[in-house]
Amino acid sequence: MVKYIGKRLIYMFLTMFLIATATFFLMQTLPGSPIASYNKLNESQRAIVEKKYGIDKPKPVQYAIYMKNLAKGDLGTSFVFKGKSVNDLLVNRFKPSFILGAQAMVFGTVVGILLGMLAALRQNTFWDYGSTFFAILGISIPSFVFASLLQYWIASEWHLLPVGLWNDGWKSSILPSIALAMGPLALSARFIRTEMIEVLNSDYITLAKAKGANGYEIAFKHALRNALIPLVTVLGPVAAGLITGSLVVEQIFAIPGIGEQFVSSIMTNDHATIMGTTLFFSAFLIVVIFIVDILYGIIDPRIRLSGGKS
Amino acid sequence: MKRNKLLLLLALSLILSAVLAACGGKDTNNTNRGNNATGQNEGNGEPDAEQVLNLIEGAAIPSVDSAIVEDQVGFNVLNNVNEGLYRLNLDNVAEPAMAAEEAEVSEDGLTYTFTLRDANWSDGTPVTAHDFVFAWQRAIDPDTGSPYGPFMMSGVLKNATAISEGKMDKSELGVVAEDDKTLVVTLERPVPYFLSLMSFGTFYPQKEEFVKAKGDAYATNSDNLLYNGPFILTEWDGTGDSWVYKKNEHYWDADTVKLETINVDVVKDAATAVKLYNDGKKDRAGVSGDLALQYAGHAEAVHQPQTSIFFMKFNQEKDGKQTPLANINIRKAIAKSFQKEDLADVVLANGSSAANFIVPKDFAFDENGNDFRDINGDLLVYDADEAKDYWQKGLDELGVTELELEILGGDSELSKKMDEYFKAQLEGNLKGLKIKLKEVPFAVRLELEGRQDYDIEVSGWGPDFQDPISFLDLFVTNGTNNLMSYSNPEYDALIAASKAELALDPAARYEAFAKAEKLLLEEDAAIAPIYQKGLIQLQKPYFKDLGVHPFGADYSYKWAYISGKNK
Repeated sequence: MVKYIGKRLIYMFLTMFLIATATFFLMQTLPGSPIASYNKLNESQRAIVEKKYGIDKPKPVQYAIYMKNLAKGDLGTSFVFKGKSVNDLLVNRFKPSFILGAQAMVFGTVVGILLGMLAALRQNTFWDYGSTFFAILGISIPSFVFASLLQYWIASEWHLLPVGLWNDGWKSSILPSIALAMGPLALSARFIRTEMIEVLNSDYITLAKAKGANGYEIAFKHALRNALIPLVTVLGPVAAGLITGSLVVEQIFAIPGIGEQFVSSIMTNDHATIMGTTLFFSAFLIVVIFIVDILYGIIDPRIRLSGGKS
Repeated sequence: MKRNKLLLLLALSLILSAVLAACGGKDTNNTNRGNNATGQNEGNGEPDAEQVLNLIEGAAIPSVDSAIVEDQVGFNVLNNVNEGLYRLNLDNVAEPAMAAEEAEVSEDGLTYTFTLRDANWSDGTPVTAHDFVFAWQRAIDPDTGSPYGPFMMSGVLKNATAISEGKMDKSELGVVAEDDKTLVVTLERPVPYFLSLMSFGTFYPQKEEFVKAKGDAYATNSDNLLYNGPFILTEWDGTGDSWVYKKNEHYWDADTVKLETINVDVVKDAATAVKLYNDGKKDRAGVSGDLALQYAGHAEAVHQPQTSIFFMKFNQEKDGKQTPLANINIRKAIAKSFQKEDLADVVLANGSSAANFIVPKDFAFDENGNDFRDINGDLLVYDADEAKDYWQKGLDELGVTELELEILGGDSELSKKMDEYFKAQLEGNLKGLKIKLKEVPFAVRLELEGRQDYDIEVSGWGPDFQDPISFLDLFVTNGTNNLMSYSNPEYDALIAASKAELALDPAARYEAFAKAEKLLLEEDAAIAPIYQKGLIQLQKPYFKDLGVHPFGADYSYKWAYISGKNK
């Protein structure tokens, strides 16, 4: 296990390195300069400003400097937020994004699992069709459409929750979390239903029933635990979906999060912030996938991570 | 002054639209109201007991360091928390602010002497002439790396260009504090609009002691700043999407300021902004695109004219070869072949209006207060029949029967709609013309323009200061923003004269501008004006006396107040 984790950690660093390198050079192909008023200056004034920001050096040199600072955990200084480090920017904006993401993930998977179980246990009934319909809606409608609908009906028309902004405590987080949760919810419902039906037809469930275990015990202890494994597999990609969803959902609800910052840094050619947010999102995803892999072993001891002799 | 320019992206115009300075000091005695940029919600009621305003900004604050700021939001914040020698009033006239009275100007127009009023910083210490010298030197100092310092000062303040290029020490800049209350400014050449620049953020004061004590942390959040304006900034963490203005009790004119608190949140989604407005959470919200169509007739809709002009640039030379657009008849044909009123009212429908000129209306005024637009009238107007004649003549001269041209435009929904309209109008009116559309993001467009890799570009310009030269300077031969190989020696001579021998003769100077604009449009059809931008804003009826400025910072809250909110 330790060996496995060690190996995984090395791969994780390698992945981050490749992402940082690729992003750095791809970013250079963005048209325009990170200096907003670039075209207002004459040649020698431009040269002075470029030198000040360190973008006068050849690209490989800039790359080396960036990677050196990155190794020290320094993401550099934003071109747009003058004099402010990208680290601070991310820290300040991390909280709302994290709250929304975590709430969406928890709400989405828990409700999704319950819906999926309901469908499986009441197969081919109204409950089954209802939950399937709901799941298909959730998968096919993007989160920002949900966001707009929720915002229009629940906030604007019925005045039950705030239209947007991040100044109303927990109330501010409900609608964006629900909008983001629709994807994970639908996905988990579909997965759990399929797996549960299969597990419920297996021999050991019949055995449990024969032993006289009650319905709840069978459903949660025996069936669900086994049905969870494939769901855990997709949690990584689901987390990725949450990030991409949050880019737009944060904008719609005017949430001061990272996703919103990511979009505007690209629009303004803010190289340091583009790098910082990309690396942050990548690190987040890589860690989530790593945790998911570790979770396998815990949920299902049959999956042996070190693969082989142990 | 350099030909400094800012091309506006249609789609991002709210964010990117040009910033800058203000108006000439010539009619500062004019205090009649009704000139107010919005002309709406003018105060007449009693202020409420509670003076709290809730506003929306389109982007976060990148910086509040006056030497560094280069964006619209930053300049807007600066204008409300700090103050320069002059300030734009509700009528958009620059009037003495930190200066106690009108500046004394030497006969050659090169030396301005300002006497400062007794005013304090928010820490209670006095604002002195040294604070101006320090701030201006800091803005031009290459070590600061400010783009806007060199941009605003080069060619205006004595020695600014040399200092910004690192060839001279910053202490040589043409600004000197004779004593604590007397500031003497020396210019490179007479600049008739110089006083209007004094209301611009880059020329605000900074207290040396405070800036040096804070070091790198200066202006990184609301605690690391000093304020000498109507409000102080609070609850700004440096990168966040919300901040609060509180009334500055140390402000010299604090009696005038009625608002106690202004809560600002960044909202980028226009539909969300309108929902917050309808919900009563915000007191003002911009509407654009489809929303503009929907809300144009709304009882609380306010039309806010702007001073950006959008126009077609005709590229006359590509890859070292003349293009068909080097033919004057072809240019005239295209310029006269599309109906602008329909475009503005039906296609754009966002408060914009048709433009038959390059110097916008309600922008520049002669010494008698007459709008430059009324003096020079409409030029190069739509006329499909004339266009057809010019077209035939042009084709004959080129010896061809058909032409294919590309229109380079922005990639927003609105830009695309507009381009489709041009295609339909041009192809419909000009037989044998085929239009190809190329719609790209802003930065790509600038790059293509820089290489002159286009036929016709839909371009925009917002003024840097209140003078026609801010627009007319764009089209001189080899100007850094000409980028279409237009060249007319007569035009160049007129512009050069306005900066030299005519600089101190306002009447002759305006005559030269009028002549130059006629040459550019009527004679040469070097460009084809399309529209003057406007905005539609929703504003609560109880929100009174917002200062809306057509150049420089967008808004002033100094005079604003709430009246009748809870009735």
